[in-house]
Amino acid sequence: MAENIGIIFQWLIFLGMAFFSIVASLLLVTRKNPIHSALFLVLNFLCVAVLFLLLQSQFIAIIQVVVYAGAIAMLIVFVIMLLDLEKELRAGLKIIYSKVIGGFLALLFLLGILYSVVAKSPTGKTGSYTPEKMTANVKAVGEVLLTQYLFPFEIISILLVAAIIGAVILSKKRT
Amino acid sequence: MLDYVWLIPLFPAIGFVINGFFGRRYSKKVVGWVACSALGLSFLTSILIFFDLIGRPPSERVFEKVIFDWVVSGSFQSVIGYQVDPLSILMALVVSGVSFFIHIYSVGYMHDDPGYPRYFTYLNLFVFMMLNLVLANNFLLMFVGWEGVGLCSYLLIGFWFEKDSAANAGKKAFVVNRVGDFGFILGIFLLFINFGTLDFTDIFGSLQKNPHLLESGTVTAITILLFVGACGKSAQIPLYVWLPDAMEGPTPVSSLIHAATMVTAGVYMIARCNVLYSMAPISMMIVAIVGCATAIYTASIGFCQNDIKKVLAYSTISQLGYMFLGVGVGAFSAGIFHLMTHAFFKGLLFLGAGSVMHALSGELDMRKMGALRKKIPITFWTFFIATLAIAGVPGLSGFFSKDEILWQAFSSSHGHFFLWLVAAVAAGMTAFYMFRALFMTFFGESRVDEHVAHHIHESPKIMTVPLMILAVLSVIGGYVGVPHLLGGANHVHEFLAPVLGGGAEPAKAHAGISLLSQAWASSGESGGHSATLELLMMVVSVIIALIGIGIAYLFYVKNPALPKLLAEKKRGLYQLVLNKYYIDELYEILFINSLKNLGTGLWRGFDEFVIDGTVNGIACLFGWLSSVMRRMQTGLVQNYAFSMIIGGVILVVYYIVRAIFY
Amino acid sequence: MWVVPTIPPALYLMLSGILFTIGVIGALTRRNAIVVFMCIELMLNAVNLTFVTLSHFLQSMDGVLFAFFVIAVAAAEAAVGLAIFVMIYRSRETINLDEINILKW
Repeated sequence: MAENIGIIFQWLIFLGMAFFSIVASLLLVTRKNPIHSALFLVLNFLCVAVLFLLLQSQFIAIIQVVVYAGAIAMLIVFVIMLLDLEKELRAGLKIIYSKVIGGFLALLFLLGILYSVVAKSPTGKTGSYTPEKMTANVKAVGEVLLTQYLFPFEIISILLVAAIIGAVILSKKRT
Repeated sequence: MLDYVWLIPLFPAIGFVINGFFGRRYSKKVVGWVACSALGLSFLTSILIFFDLIGRPPSERVFEKVIFDWVVSGSFQSVIGYQVDPLSILMALVVSGVSFFIHIYSVGYMHDDPGYPRYFTYLNLFVFMMLNLVLANNFLLMFVGWEGVGLCSYLLIGFWFEKDSAANAGKKAFVVNRVGDFGFILGIFLLFINFGTLDFTDIFGSLQKNPHLLESGTVTAITILLFVGACGKSAQIPLYVWLPDAMEGPTPVSSLIHAATMVTAGVYMIARCNVLYSMAPISMMIVAIVGCATAIYTASIGFCQNDIKKVLAYSTISQLGYMFLGVGVGAFSAGIFHLMTHAFFKGLLFLGAGSVMHALSGELDMRKMGALRKKIPITFWTFFIATLAIAGVPGLSGFFSKDEILWQAFSSSHGHFFLWLVAAVAAGMTAFYMFRALFMTFFGESRVDEHVAHHIHESPKIMTVPLMILAVLSVIGGYVGVPHLLGGANHVHEFLAPVLGGGAEPAKAHAGISLLSQAWASSGESGGHSATLELLMMVVSVIIALIGIGIAYLFYVKNPALPKLLAEKKRGLYQLVLNKYYIDELYEILFINSLKNLGTGLWRGFDEFVIDGTVNGIACLFGWLSSVMRRMQTGLVQNYAFSMIIGGVILVVYYIVRAIFY
Repeated sequence: MWVVPTIPPALYLMLSGILFTIGVIGALTRRNAIVVFMCIELMLNAVNLTFVTLSHFLQSMDGVLFAFFVIAVAAAEAAVGLAIFVMIYRSRETINLDEINILKW
């Protein structure tokens, strides 16, 4: 009975978070005001972070909140406020056929994914990181990151440096 | 000495190279010396080889010298080789000898011409090619010489190329020759298909051993095609139209090429292929008929021409018709004999005409000449001797050779009484118009222009000496061929017998032979001719010649107004003959215009429309395609994202479909 | 006793697909460049969810690491991309994607 309650609890959290993230993303796509869209984006990130927690990946959940919701979304909000977008808000919606067709194709894509997900379950070699081991998530991530995936780690750091330099150079005022 | 036969063509070739590359740097004297000594050495070598050849018994008078292998390709082999036998050495003697005299004459005649080195270069090249033609031991080398003399003819006719008429005449000669050469090439192809080789000894040897090697249809086809080539080169009907226009070239060129040597290449070729022709009586008949028709037709044109060189040109075509008549009735040695004597007296006639033109500062029109007899005596006397020879007056060379042909035309198994009749009439016409030319030029009252009359002078020695030598040859040249009838030994016939056969083969009698000649022929000895009949024919032809001379005398010396009256009365006929029966205009309408229209039509319709259209169309197609495709580059990011989505969807659908169905 | 089954991975994956599709539609449809950018982040997020799900159910660490790298790259991309948007706005006074089409034929 106790496990059942745990599992039911997990189900409830999952359904709630799933529902909210879908609603948030739909609203994000349809709002006229970009600030509203940005806020819904943050909501979406937070819901997905909870889902990560459900999947025993605490590290990713924290990183998601700190980097995605905390830094990237904030950056987006800053830029929106930097640009003067008053005129945009008043413009209407044009029907452009390529966009409609694109929408249909995206739905087709979704159907394909849904089918493939239902038809097959993930199989393959199971690794050694059992859920019990995964509870010490940060330690596990650290173990792998600095031994097996050291090279990509270093490359990522170079990438971030390049991005910083790029951003600085791009936004300098031309004198 | 026979081994050195390759020296005969080599000397003119060396002369050609030296004069061609260095001629303009040296003085005219050096150029002239180089050219004439090249020919002189060539002539000397031919004489030495000739004497060497005579020294051998008749059955051993064949010698082949191969210089090197030229084409070795699979089963086809062709060599550069020269053949020394009586026929080729006789031709080589005639060619090199007459060329030598004409070269000497040209030194004087072309003295003031700025193109002096070019002239001698071309002339040496011509003699080189002609010697290749007559000395060759296979059809391919002979054809090289054939084409080469055609080329040199073009170059020399159009020597004064700044004149439109000369350039056009050169083109006309080359193109008409080409038509003939087309037939010649087809004949060579047929020979190659049937024999696998083009060597004379191989082909004629295998034919003589096995006369039934080829079907008669094939032999007839081959011989007719070869004869088409001969028609082009030797100016018979219908390809004679280039020869009168060829008079645009310098007079020594007309003498050498269009009288003595190039135009006789066709006769030589038929004589060389006598084995083939003897096996095809139909083609021999065609050759004889064409030759006879040409003889009388062009003789008639000669009646009205006023240009002295044109008269001689038509006379050349007419005499060539006689030669073809001779070989056409099987009298190959008679044809060659006439070729030899014709080279002498026609060459002399042309050189004499050149001398007259030189005296009159270039005047060609006989209506503006007259009474030159006392003023240029050497020219007159040599011209007179040559005219007597061509008219067939007994005692000179022309009489013997022409008479031999007439007799063979009557009596040979391929001959026919009608051929003899037409040829005899043509002989009379020849006598008439040649003496007309003589009388108009040298007798009567002087019709010369005022300013020209002051400068009339005899030609320098360098021009008159060759005239005199050729005159002597015109007289004595015939005595090597005196027929048995008159007590001679007909050396020419015997000399050429190993090559040309002992006489006309009694092949199957063709349909045209008449009872008269058959009766006369069979009533004699078993050899086939009766002595009295021959003597009778001879007398008849002499009488005809004298009638012709008499009429000419009447018209042009006794009563000079008569020709004009006759021309007035028969105005239409006179105009027709004066304009050469409008044949040139007819050819233009029939052939030239239709070919031009065909060319224009093909050019517009096919070349411009189809080919250019296809190429340009493909370019336009690609341009259109690219203008359609580049609309994909809209610059809108979301369009690009859209295409990515399409790709993604396709991939997903593909994998799902694959998973479902496999 | 009747046992409630654990959440099957299929559900997570379906959720991820739905989020991704919504992101695609948004990226294709919206005119505002920044909103398009946000939709791209949405897509990346959905992919992260897939990675972590599969990593969990295959008991491997590789998916988690990959999600980590994706987040790092998304951060770099956000920095540079937003700088570019600012520059475009400076020179053209508009951020409407339909009007920014210089690189056309």
